[in-house]
Amino acid sequence: MTGTLLSIRGLTKAYPGVVANDSVSFDIGAGEIHALLGENGAGKSTLVKMIYGLVKPDSGAMQMRGAAFAPPEPRAARAAGVAMVFQHFSLFDALDVSENIALGMEDPPPLRDLAARIRTVSEEYGLPLDPYRTVGGLSAGERQRVEIIRCLLQDPKLLIMDEPTSVLTPQEVGILFETLNKLRDEGTSILYISHKLEEIRTLCDTATILRLGKNVGTCDPRETTARQMAEMMVGSELQTPKGAGGTPGAVMLDVSGLSLPAPTKFGTALKNVHLRLHAGEVLGIGGVAGNGQDELLAALSGEIRASRDAIRLKGQDIGHLGPTARRQRGLLAAPEERLGHAAAPDMSLTENALLTGAVREGLTTNGFLRWGKARDFAETIIKTFDVRTPGPDNAARSLSGGNLQKFVIGREVLQRPEVLVVNQPTWGVDASAAAAIRQALLDLAGNGTAVLVISQDLDELMEVADHFAALNEGRLSDTRHTGDLTIEEIGLMMGGAHDGMEVAHVQA
Amino acid sequence: MFRLEKRPQPSRVFAYLTPVLAVIATMFAGGLLFAALGKNPVEAIRTIFWDPLFGEFAFYYRPQLLVKGGPLILIAIGLSLGFRAGIWNIGAEGQYIVGAICGAAVALAFYPLDAWYIFPLMILAGALGGMLWAMIPALLKVKFGTNEILVSLMLVYVAENLLASMALGLLKNPEGHGFPGSRNLKEYPSAYNEPILVLDRIPEPDTCSGISGLFECARSGSYNVVADFSSGMHWGVLTAFIAVIFAYVLLNRHMLGFSIRLTGEAPRAARFSGVSPTRIILFCLGISGMMAGLAGMFEVSGPSGQVSIDFNVGYGFTAIIVAFLGRLHPIGILLAGLLMALTYIGGEIAQGNLGLPSAAIQLFQGMLLFFLLAVDMLTNYRIRLVKREAA
Repeated sequence: MTGTLLSIRGLTKAYPGVVANDSVSFDIGAGEIHALLGENGAGKSTLVKMIYGLVKPDSGAMQMRGAAFAPPEPRAARAAGVAMVFQHFSLFDALDVSENIALGMEDPPPLRDLAARIRTVSEEYGLPLDPYRTVGGLSAGERQRVEIIRCLLQDPKLLIMDEPTSVLTPQEVGILFETLNKLRDEGTSILYISHKLEEIRTLCDTATILRLGKNVGTCDPRETTARQMAEMMVGSELQTPKGAGGTPGAVMLDVSGLSLPAPTKFGTALKNVHLRLHAGEVLGIGGVAGNGQDELLAALSGEIRASRDAIRLKGQDIGHLGPTARRQRGLLAAPEERLGHAAAPDMSLTENALLTGAVREGLTTNGFLRWGKARDFAETIIKTFDVRTPGPDNAARSLSGGNLQKFVIGREVLQRPEVLVVNQPTWGVDASAAAAIRQALLDLAGNGTAVLVISQDLDELMEVADHFAALNEGRLSDTRHTGDLTIEEIGLMMGGAHDGMEVAHVQA
Repeated sequence: MFRLEKRPQPSRVFAYLTPVLAVIATMFAGGLLFAALGKNPVEAIRTIFWDPLFGEFAFYYRPQLLVKGGPLILIAIGLSLGFRAGIWNIGAEGQYIVGAICGAAVALAFYPLDAWYIFPLMILAGALGGMLWAMIPALLKVKFGTNEILVSLMLVYVAENLLASMALGLLKNPEGHGFPGSRNLKEYPSAYNEPILVLDRIPEPDTCSGISGLFECARSGSYNVVADFSSGMHWGVLTAFIAVIFAYVLLNRHMLGFSIRLTGEAPRAARFSGVSPTRIILFCLGISGMMAGLAGMFEVSGPSGQVSIDFNVGYGFTAIIVAFLGRLHPIGILLAGLLMALTYIGGEIAQGNLGLPSAAIQLFQGMLLFFLLAVDMLTNYRIRLVKREAA
């Protein structure tokens, strides 16, 4: 660590109604891994966009190695040696790896030469990747490698990584960290954005914490506990959700031999999924994104029909029923994608309350809508779940991610489900909203509801779930008691090391 | 420098204001167009928008507003339901033709029987004919995933050929001295879609001598003098008004209407909510076909009177503009249909009185849709003036 690579002084950026960054200052040293930590909406993205030339600061200045640095566009930032791996990949499924990388280059070399360079770089940094594979067939971890290698080909001085581990298995995280450490040793600085505190403590040299657009502190993450950092992030003491500790009751949901073809070309087929969910139990299903989570939720919610007896609710066959009939019988669901799947973005909250509440809340008579009742229901959700919005007439898209998620989860919880299936209940949600949502799920289980939580956040699953299973390429592992599991075992389950269990099912 | 900024929510004010802005912009740009053609722009705009309503001969034109607006509104209401759900029936013109053929065929099959039930049967046949024609793209879409835009559009040309074949063959008037076209249904009381609410009965042409030129003109066309002096109201117009109310109630008060809107806004959310896409496709295409078929049937049994080769005049296509001009909202469509009818009638007067080419009038009508789409952006975005920054 010698000297400062990038010095940020008083960066301020205001949007209508909100100051995203308020006079933020910090230094990124040469050859250090610098963590940027903060809740959703703390201003991490805006800050990074300013460094990468996507957003122009209202005031303040940056210096790169002592020289003024004010990139008007990403191209200029890249020329100055800044590279960025985004949280959401911008890759074309139908093209192969080298074509995708060539598309992002200013002046791509012939594909054959590029492929050779991709091979060299990927081997050098321990990120195995075949340049001729089609991206559509790659796992999320491999896709991320494409993005990283795209950056490394530019030989960057500063590499920005936005929540890189959210799509990785623990083993893949290990590989990524080795690569990042190697880069650091070669003198590359890394700005590492995350809200996973343990990761930051193992990887990073320095951490800058943002809260509501302000820099609230810089610390050495190795010397600071995760709890201290979290409290700096949130600005208050954290409440850890507590389970009611109820004893599991009768089998509510029984899935046996559920197999479904992939609904789309790049979807995942479900293969012989078995699971049992008891009243009062929280079953957590882990796994890396794209291993069948969306498909499992769709099969359980009724969006995709299965064979009649593959899914049983309280002993009744419901595999062939659609979402409305399943809701009537007490099986409710909340999908991962808030805007466009769980809620209609341009419709009001009242209309969104109607979206799933029509049957169980009696919001229609003979098919005619009872707007007054729907509005009351929306207001109840807003009140009970502390959804921050001026009122139920506001469009769903006007809510922040966390608030809309509280609305979506609250909408299902308040309908007194007997079985509730949720996918990524706290994805992209700030810490306090996440705690509220987890608490609501635990309370629900305490009252005897069977809850199925699909999530890629292992910490979350360990916190709320009594039992754990993992999805890998559409197969579900055996269910294990959460308390007995080590992180290595979980990693192996997520990686698909459950072949013995499959044989067992074939024999059964 | 101007910059567009997305609004956090769609602006309610602009949702109502944009159609008005579009009309004003069209008047302005149309004025420039007419000026470039060497006409007085103010006079041309006045002829199109003012004369049909308040000019010297307004008593003749006002009823025409309903006669032309009725089918436009009826078809546009049907189309708007599908458009709300993201189902694009572009072939209303074909469904209109088939509805007319079916309605007329029923009438001609009974000719010359005099019975009360003939007209209701014709209504039924027209509705069914249009619906079945629209079911072709619907079933193909549901079964094979074909694109309903292409299929419904291509079926327009099939229907046009069917119409020509009917006018020259099966439905040709046996007493028509070999001329193409069916019997005139206006002369068959049981099948005639007669004007209701007649305001003023048959003034003899020579009693209003001052405007005799106009009557010569009217009589040389296919207009019926009795109808011209009614309010213009016929059963089709009444049906259009009922359709407006029906669509309003459906969209705002009924679960099915909610499902339609949800499907258009967020198809995945609709599926999650429990809406069956197949059901929505069948319903939307079916009902839009039915309404277009009804419009055709009321037209053939009333204002037009007969199945002829050139029976269809583009109502089915213009209704697409009407639906969007009316913001896919039933009340909006009602107003937009009347406005569009006004530009048709005013355009005809401008052609006759000022010698404007018909292409200029069509251009003028097309501009309306373009301006609407352009200013529509203001509903979701706002324009901000920003200082130019040094790059």
